Amino acid sequence: MTSVLLKNGRVVDPANGRDGVFDVLVRDGLIAAVGKDLDVPEGVTVLEVPAGCVVTPGLIDMHVHLRDPGQEHKETVKTGVTAAVAGGFTAVACMPNTSPVNDTAAVTRYILTRAAEAGLARVYPIGAVSVGLKGEQLAEIGELKAAGCVAISDDGFPVRTALMMRRALEYAEMLGVLVIDHCEDLTLKGDGVVHEGAVATALGLRGIPGEAEEINVERDITLAGLTKAPVHIAHLSTAGSLRAVRAGKARGIRVTCEVMPHHFVLTDEALRGYDTNTKMNPPLRPAADRDALIAGIADGSVDVIATDHAPHHADEKALPYDQAPFGITGLETAVSLTFDHLVHRGVIDLSRMVTLMSVNPARILGVPGGSLAEGAAADVTVLAPDLEVTVDRQAMKSLSKNTPFDGWTLRGGVAATFVDGRLVHRNTRVAGLTAWPSAPVE
Amino acid sequence: MSAAPVTSLQGRHLLGIDDLSPDEVRLVLDTADAMKEVAARPIKKVPALRGRTIVNLFFEPSTRTRTSFEIAEKRLSADTLNIAVSTSSVVKGETLLDTVDNIEAMSPDMLVVRHGSSGACHQLARHCRSRIVNAGDGMHEHPTQALLDAYTIRQHKGRLDGLQVAIIGDLMHSRVLRSNLLLLRKMGATVRVCAPRPLLPAGIEALGAVPCRTVEEALEDADVVMMLRIQLERMHALFFPSLREYFTLFGLTPARLALARPDAIVMHPGPMNRGVEIASEVADGSRAVILEQVANGVAVRMAVLYLVAGGGED
Repeated sequence: MTSVLLKNGRVVDPANGRDGVFDVLVRDGLIAAVGKDLDVPEGVTVLEVPAGCVVTPGLIDMHVHLRDPGQEHKETVKTGVTAAVAGGFTAVACMPNTSPVNDTAAVTRYILTRAAEAGLARVYPIGAVSVGLKGEQLAEIGELKAAGCVAISDDGFPVRTALMMRRALEYAEMLGVLVIDHCEDLTLKGDGVVHEGAVATALGLRGIPGEAEEINVERDITLAGLTKAPVHIAHLSTAGSLRAVRAGKARGIRVTCEVMPHHFVLTDEALRGYDTNTKMNPPLRPAADRDALIAGIADGSVDVIATDHAPHHADEKALPYDQAPFGITGLETAVSLTFDHLVHRGVIDLSRMVTLMSVNPARILGVPGGSLAEGAAADVTVLAPDLEVTVDRQAMKSLSKNTPFDGWTLRGGVAATFVDGRLVHRNTRVAGLTAWPSAPVE
Repeated sequence: MSAAPVTSLQGRHLLGIDDLSPDEVRLVLDTADAMKEVAARPIKKVPALRGRTIVNLFFEPSTRTRTSFEIAEKRLSADTLNIAVSTSSVVKGETLLDTVDNIEAMSPDMLVVRHGSSGACHQLARHCRSRIVNAGDGMHEHPTQALLDAYTIRQHKGRLDGLQVAIIGDLMHSRVLRSNLLLLRKMGATVRVCAPRPLLPAGIEALGAVPCRTVEEALEDADVVMMLRIQLERMHALFFPSLREYFTLFGLTPARLALARPDAIVMHPGPMNRGVEIASEVADGSRAVILEQVANGVAVRMAVLYLVAGGGED
């Protein structure tokens, strides 16, 4: 069933300047028409969009870890894309820190094969900047691109040296590939595990100053200026980093950035009690940084909301705080956190939410999507802005359950997800959706 | 409205000073007074914890604290067992929680835990049936050390309230600092702290400490001087250039001690590095109460174990 008419939903499609009640006609997996009171052609199933629900271009998470190959006890491509569509994402871009590292076409093709088998969300592999993420030799970026990588990153680590970053920017720009950098000065980070400050001091946990991130953000923006190449700052988390990005943009440098829901929702106060699900990198920051990120999201300095979905097994997160791995899952909470903490609090409107979670990720990665234009692949997310969602980690589709938001009640969620016009996820808790056909992920 | 007098810590863990009210601190110190008398007896044993099993679970090497707990337990007639990291299954890759599950399967009443990770005792407390007494978790807390220090101070000064206490040394990595700071602030003392700036923890003022730029400023008119151990390997992490320069700038010498009040006492949680944080003349001098701290440690730990086990209710 890839021919459907989504009837009478509020359509929010900022790329085409649309915000109003329309029908969306999908034929053979493509958007055929968006308009009022469209006729129903033969063979097209009519799906009434429940009152209050919103039809948007499919959401794209440009920063996830699918852990496959190599750490399939945390996540597989299949469980990862299942979590993605359950969270409203029709596409994800996955980081190369798998085992083996995605620094060869063979690994890229393996990931794409697994994604095709799963047949849920699109998967855009991100290749490594350096062989083995070691920062010593450039990976074969041309081959990675030919195999299907849409960007390169050493995520998990920063691109180690200024020279390596310069060369990567130049070489990738030649090929039309984006460089995404995890900004962190490893020498300044040392053995830190949480944000350096009063909370870390009270808890006796080793600190990482925000400046460890900011030094590399400044470096990358400076080098993007030198090379006239685009750079994307991954998981930006401090006020100082945001100032650097704003200043870079003002100078005409091609810098973009993403912010994670946990960084605009939580502060380092959440560390009290030593729940290892509050440990991620970059770490939770104080309220001043959190508030600056919210302001940056509101004023447009922040380009993207992504999740840094980082599944870890419960056994790994049961280690003592300083030994537990960094990272939390994010695919299945991002929409609810964004609604509850940004849209419903008046920080951004729905159109801006769609821009941050669909239009801009597509534009920055240079992939299709982010638009309900006629002829586009029918990747569509139906959002339920007023749905009351109680986060239940046991009910999550991700293989890992490492979220700090378990038990939280949030306003706003996902009603349904379509990829290539196919209903891949249906949330039966949304009134009216029980009348829809069933979906592979419910 | 005053609450009912605090008479026990039954059913509680002792994870940190953070969990104790001022009345509960006083209860421990008063109980330690009674326990101290046991050490003076020819037969140093009371039957208070007869039939109770206490496991001393030390994931970090410790001589002084482990010995002190063990003597305290034996004087209370508890059955005690020591498990040290080098002989445990941890080296075989067993996790902390699995190790503790196995010990708990043998029905101990209390676990005295030292662990190198901050928060490890909090994680165990959420997981275990047994009462947990924190014998030092990472850089976080070492509550019985702070209690024995407070006991020693009270013994000499008659009070904690209104005292000027100087704490000097590796503040960054010190659980002794954090527990002492919390306890002394809770009981009304002023705490001045001093360290080489790289060893000054961010936001230490938020815990109520008054940072001083020089050791002289910290010492001036102090009632109590508490020196913290400098770990010899810290200079390799660039916290300070050399032990020699550390002693020059921060070491407690007789000349510096003269800045404190004439009746000031000198404390050290041990083990000491003579000639690094403290000159031998001071360590062995008449103002040093360092061995009294060790002696009092047994009485204070007896009090903690007794109260956590439910003693003191009547």
